[in-house]
Amino acid sequence: MIRKILCGSAALGASLFTASAAFALEAAAAAAPTVDKGDTAWMMTSTILVLAMILPGLALFYGGLVRSKNMLSVMTQVGAVAALAMLVWVTWGYSMAFGNDYSGAFIQQFVSNFDKVFLHGVSAATTAATFTKGVAIPEYVFVCFQMTFAAITIALVLGSVVERMKFSAVMVFALVWLTIVYFPIAHMVWASSGKFFKMGALDFAGGTVVHINSGVSALVACIMLGKRIGYPKEIMAPHSLTMTGIGTGLLWVGWFGFNAGSALEANGSASLAMINTFVATASAGLVWMLAERLIGHKGSALGFCSGIIAGLVAVTPAAGNSGPFGAIVLGAVASIICFFAVSKLKPMLGYDDALDTFGIHGVGGMIGAIGTAIVYAPVFGGPGDGSVGIGAQLGVQIAAVATTIVWAAVGTAIAIFLAKALTGLRVSEEVEREGLDLGEHGERAYNY
Amino acid sequence: MKFIIAIIKPFKLDEVREALGALGVAGMTVSEVKGFGRQKGQTEIYRGAEYSTNMLPKVKLEIAASDSLAPQIVETIQQTASTEAIGDGKIFVLDLASATRIRTGETGDTAL
Repeated sequence: MIRKILCGSAALGASLFTASAAFALEAAAAAAPTVDKGDTAWMMTSTILVLAMILPGLALFYGGLVRSKNMLSVMTQVGAVAALAMLVWVTWGYSMAFGNDYSGAFIQQFVSNFDKVFLHGVSAATTAATFTKGVAIPEYVFVCFQMTFAAITIALVLGSVVERMKFSAVMVFALVWLTIVYFPIAHMVWASSGKFFKMGALDFAGGTVVHINSGVSALVACIMLGKRIGYPKEIMAPHSLTMTGIGTGLLWVGWFGFNAGSALEANGSASLAMINTFVATASAGLVWMLAERLIGHKGSALGFCSGIIAGLVAVTPAAGNSGPFGAIVLGAVASIICFFAVSKLKPMLGYDDALDTFGIHGVGGMIGAIGTAIVYAPVFGGPGDGSVGIGAQLGVQIAAVATTIVWAAVGTAIAIFLAKALTGLRVSEEVEREGLDLGEHGERAYNY
Repeated sequence: MKFIIAIIKPFKLDEVREALGALGVAGMTVSEVKGFGRQKGQTEIYRGAEYSTNMLPKVKLEIAASDSLAPQIVETIQQTASTEAIGDGKIFVLDLASATRIRTGETGDTAL
C-alpha cells in the first residue's frame, strides 16, 4: 500500500479561481471528505510516538554506543538536526514533498512545487486524503506526522559520523541533505505524482525514504569524513549498553506510530502493521543472538538490540504489506544478513560506519524493500491480490531501491562537500582525543 | 610500624574486612583497582569488534599497623582471601616511617 496525499482544500482552490460563491459552495460540498475523530486521534498519537523514537529513543540508543566523552555530542546532534528538520519542513520541505504538482510531467515525478512554502494555504480546515475514498485527516496532522519522518531520517544518518564531525558541519549537512535528498525521495515514494508511486513500488512506512536513504547516505558521509583516530586499533567499546537498551525499547514502542500510523487511519490495515511490527522484530532480535552463537560468540545484549533494530527496519516497507508469518521470516533473514554486514563486511572493507547505520538501516532496508515483493504475495500469506506477479513486483522494488541508492549517494556527496567548504567538516585532532562533549559543547555528560 | 598493601578479589572484601575487624584492626583504606598478573583477561565482543582486556578488576586494601599486629594481619588476609586459584592477589608489607592523626596531632602507634 502506498500513502497518498491530495490537497483536500477544494474551498481554497475555488476561492482562488472562481468569482462565483455558489460554485465555490457546490465544489466544497462535492469534495468535502469526512474527518473521523478516531483516525485523527490515532494519527496525533502516532506522530508523538515517532517523536519519542528520536528524543529520547535514538539519542539514547546512539549515545550509549559511543565513548563517554562523546555522549552529549551525540544527544545534541540528534536533537538539533531533528529540530532543524521540523523548521525546514514547515518552511519549504512539506511543499517540496507534498505540495502541488508542477505541470511538467518529468519534474513532477521528483518534486512538487513551492506553492505551499510557509504552509501557504494550509489551515485547520484543510484535509489530507487517506487510503479510504472520502475519508481524510486534518492536513496539519499529516504535516506533523510527515515532519517527524524527516526529523528521524536525518538523525539516523548521523550514526556513521559520530565522534569526529563538527557540530556546525552537522547542521549545514542536515540543511542541504534534507533539501536535496530527503524531500525529493519522500515525494517520489508517497506523493501520487511521485516516480516510485507511479511505478507501483510497495513501501508502507518508508523503507526506501527513511532506511535505505539514511543508510546509504551514512555510508557515503563516513567515507568522505574519514575514520576516527585510532580506528580500528583503539578500544571503542560502547560506554553504556544500558542506555542503548533503553533507547532500543523506546524505538520499538515508537515504531508502532511509525508503521501502524502509516496506515493513516485507525483500521484493519493499521492492525496488520501493528502485529507485524511485533513479530518481525521479535524474530530478528532472537535470530541475531542465534547467529552470534553459531559463529562461536556469546548471545549478547547489543546483539539483541541490533537484531531488534534490524527487524524494525526490515518490516517498515512490509508492515501493512505482509502477513504475520511472512514478517517473521523477513525479520529473521534481515537479522542474519545485517549481522554479517556489521561484523564481517565492515571490517573487511575498512570503512568507519561508527554505529552501523549502513549495516543495519541500509542493508536491512534493502532486504525489507526487496523482500516486501515476496511477502506481499497471497501465496505467502500477504495481503496482495496477486494481480502483479512476484517477479514483476521484484523488478519494481529493485528499481526503486537502486534509484534511492544513487540519489542518496550523489546528494550526500554534494551536502558533505558544501559542509566541508563552509565549516571544515572535522574537529581538530586535539578535540577528537579529548572528546566532542568538552571540545564542541563545553560540558561533560558525567560529573562524578 | 608496618604498611600493608593487599590486592584481593573484589568479592572477598567483606569476608576479609570482618576477619580483620575481629583481629582488632581499627581502619583501612579500600580502592577499586585494575591490574594483571598470571591470570588472563577477558575478550569483549561488540557487533563483531573484539577487544581483549588484560586488566582485571581487583580491590586494594591499605592498612597501617603496629609491628606486633602486622604478621597476624598478613596471615588473616592470606587465609581469608584465598580461593586457591590464580588471581587471588598479593600482599606487600613496607616499613612505615611515621603516622600522624590529623585531629589531635598524635603520632606513632597511638595514631593508628
